[in-house]
Amino acid sequence: MQLDDLTRNSSEWLRGAGPESDIVISSRIRLARNLADFPFIARASDQDRVQIEQTLKDCLLAITEPDELLYIDVDELPGIDRQFLVERQLISREHAESQGARAVAIDRLEKFSVMINEEDHLRIQVMQSGFDLNSAWEQIDRIDDQVEGRVTYAFHERLGYLTACPTNVGTGMRVSVMLHLPALVITRQIEKVFRSLQKIGLAVRGLYGEGSQAMGDFYQISNQVTLGMSEQELIKQVADVVPQIINYERKARDFLVRDSHESLHDRVSRAYGILRNAQTISSEETMHLLSSVRMGINLGLIEDLEIPTINQLFIQTQPAHLQKISGAELDTADRNIERARYLRRHLNKDKMGGAEKN
Amino acid sequence: MKCQKCNKPATFHITELTGGTPEELHLCEDHARQYLTQSGEEPAAASTMAAALAQQMAQQLLGQTAEELAKLDRQACPVCGVTFYDFRSQGRLGCPHDYTCFEAQLQPLILNIHGETKHKGKRPRRGARDAQQRTQLIRLRREMKEAVAREDYERASELRDEIRRIEGANR
Repeated sequence: MQLDDLTRNSSEWLRGAGPESDIVISSRIRLARNLADFPFIARASDQDRVQIEQTLKDCLLAITEPDELLYIDVDELPGIDRQFLVERQLISREHAESQGARAVAIDRLEKFSVMINEEDHLRIQVMQSGFDLNSAWEQIDRIDDQVEGRVTYAFHERLGYLTACPTNVGTGMRVSVMLHLPALVITRQIEKVFRSLQKIGLAVRGLYGEGSQAMGDFYQISNQVTLGMSEQELIKQVADVVPQIINYERKARDFLVRDSHESLHDRVSRAYGILRNAQTISSEETMHLLSSVRMGINLGLIEDLEIPTINQLFIQTQPAHLQKISGAELDTADRNIERARYLRRHLNKDKMGGAEKN
Repeated sequence: MKCQKCNKPATFHITELTGGTPEELHLCEDHARQYLTQSGEEPAAASTMAAALAQQMAQQLLGQTAEELAKLDRQACPVCGVTFYDFRSQGRLGCPHDYTCFEAQLQPLILNIHGETKHKGKRPRRGARDAQQRTQLIRLRREMKEAVAREDYERASELRDEIRRIEGANR
C-alpha cells in the first residue's frame, strides 16, 4: 500500500457512523510508551534513533498481517505529504516538523496509527467513528499488549509507564472525543461549556490543537491527568461528560429551530449556496460554511446531501489534500480557485449528471 | 509597540480566541511565526508543565541559596548524562532512570501536575525490575563506546559481555 492510496480512501474517523455521529465525529485514545534500553528522544543520538526505529518497525511488522500496514519514513517524506498526514490526523505537527529518524505506521483502514520517535519512542493512536471509547480502548489495549510481547517498556513500580515529559507519566494515556458544536457557538454558550470542563480537569482543543481558533466548530475534549487514575477511570471521566455536552448542543439546536427558524434556515441555505457557487474560497471560509451545512443536514434543512460527504469535504479541501488530489503544487491564490472548483464539482453532482468522485 | 517576547518592534497583532476570553498578542515577526507554527499536539500539556515547573522553582528558591540551586542544576543522571538544568529548561527528561535519580525534585512536580504520585492501572507483564535493568544498558553502551575510544579493549570486552548478559536475560 502506498501513501497516495490514502487520498482515495476515507479515514475511519470521517465515516460519519457510530453512536451519536451527528455530533460526535470521533473517539480517540493514544498511549505514550518508551523502550527501557534507550534514552528518551531529547538525549538520543542519531544512531539511537535509527535503532529505536528499526526495533519498533520490526515489532510492528511482526504483529500485523502482511499488507495491513502502511509504514512511512517521515524523515524522507516531502513536506506536502507530511502536511497531508497532519491534516488526516495521522501524525502530529511536531512529528511532521522535527528532524531525524522517525516514522509512522498506519493500518489500511486508518483505524490506528503509530508514531515512532515523536516526543516518546512510541505513540500509539486508535480512532473510532462516533462516540465509542470502549471499542477504541479494546483495540489499543490489544496492540499495546502485542508490542509489549516483543519489547521491554520503560516502567516504574510506583510511577507506571515512564514518558519523556512528566505530564504523561503513569498510564501515558490521552482519551479524546471530537465534537461538532455549531449551535453552542451560535448561541454563545460554548465558553460556558469550556469553563465547566476546565473546572473538572478536562482539556478542550480545536480540530488541530489549540494554535488557532476552532475551525469548523470542531472541539476535542480530553483528559489532562495521566497518573493516579486507571485507564477505565480516565475513559469514564471523559465518557461521562460527553452525553451532557451532546444534550446541550441538541437543546441549542432545538432552540434555534424553534425560536429563529428563518435565520437558521437562511444561514444554512446561504452557506450551501456559497459553497456550490464560489469561484475562489479560502480554507477558513470553507470550514466555517461546511459547519453550517453539516448542521443543516442533521436538522433536515438540506436533504440532498449525506454527512459522510461533508465530513470528507472538511479534509479534502485542506491545502495539502487539495494539492495531492489535483496533482500539482499550488500557491494560495490557485488553491482557493481549485478549492472552489472542487466544492462545486462535489456539491452539484446530481445536477451535473454525476461528476466523477476522486 | 514592542514585541511581548523581545525588544524588536511588534509587527504582528494576533487575537487569540480559544481559552475563554479573547487575548491580544503583539509580536515581532520571529516570535509570531514561532507562535503560529507551535506544535498543536499538546500545548495544554506543555503549558501545564511550564507552569508547574515555574511554581516548583519559585518554591525551591525560597528555601535554598543560589549556590545550592546551581549545584542542583549541575546534578547529572549517571545513565544518560542529562543535567537537572537541561530538564528544567526544556521540560523533557533524558532517560527512564531520570525518574529515579531526580526523584526528590520530580516528586513534588508530579504531584503538582497530576494530584497523585502513584500509578493505578495497566502494568506490563514484564516487571519494573526487568525494565530498570534494561535501562542500565544505556549506561553500559555509553561506557563501552568510551572504552573503545580510549583503546581500553579489556574494559570494552567486559562491558560487551555484561551488555549481552542483560540483553539475553529477558528475551
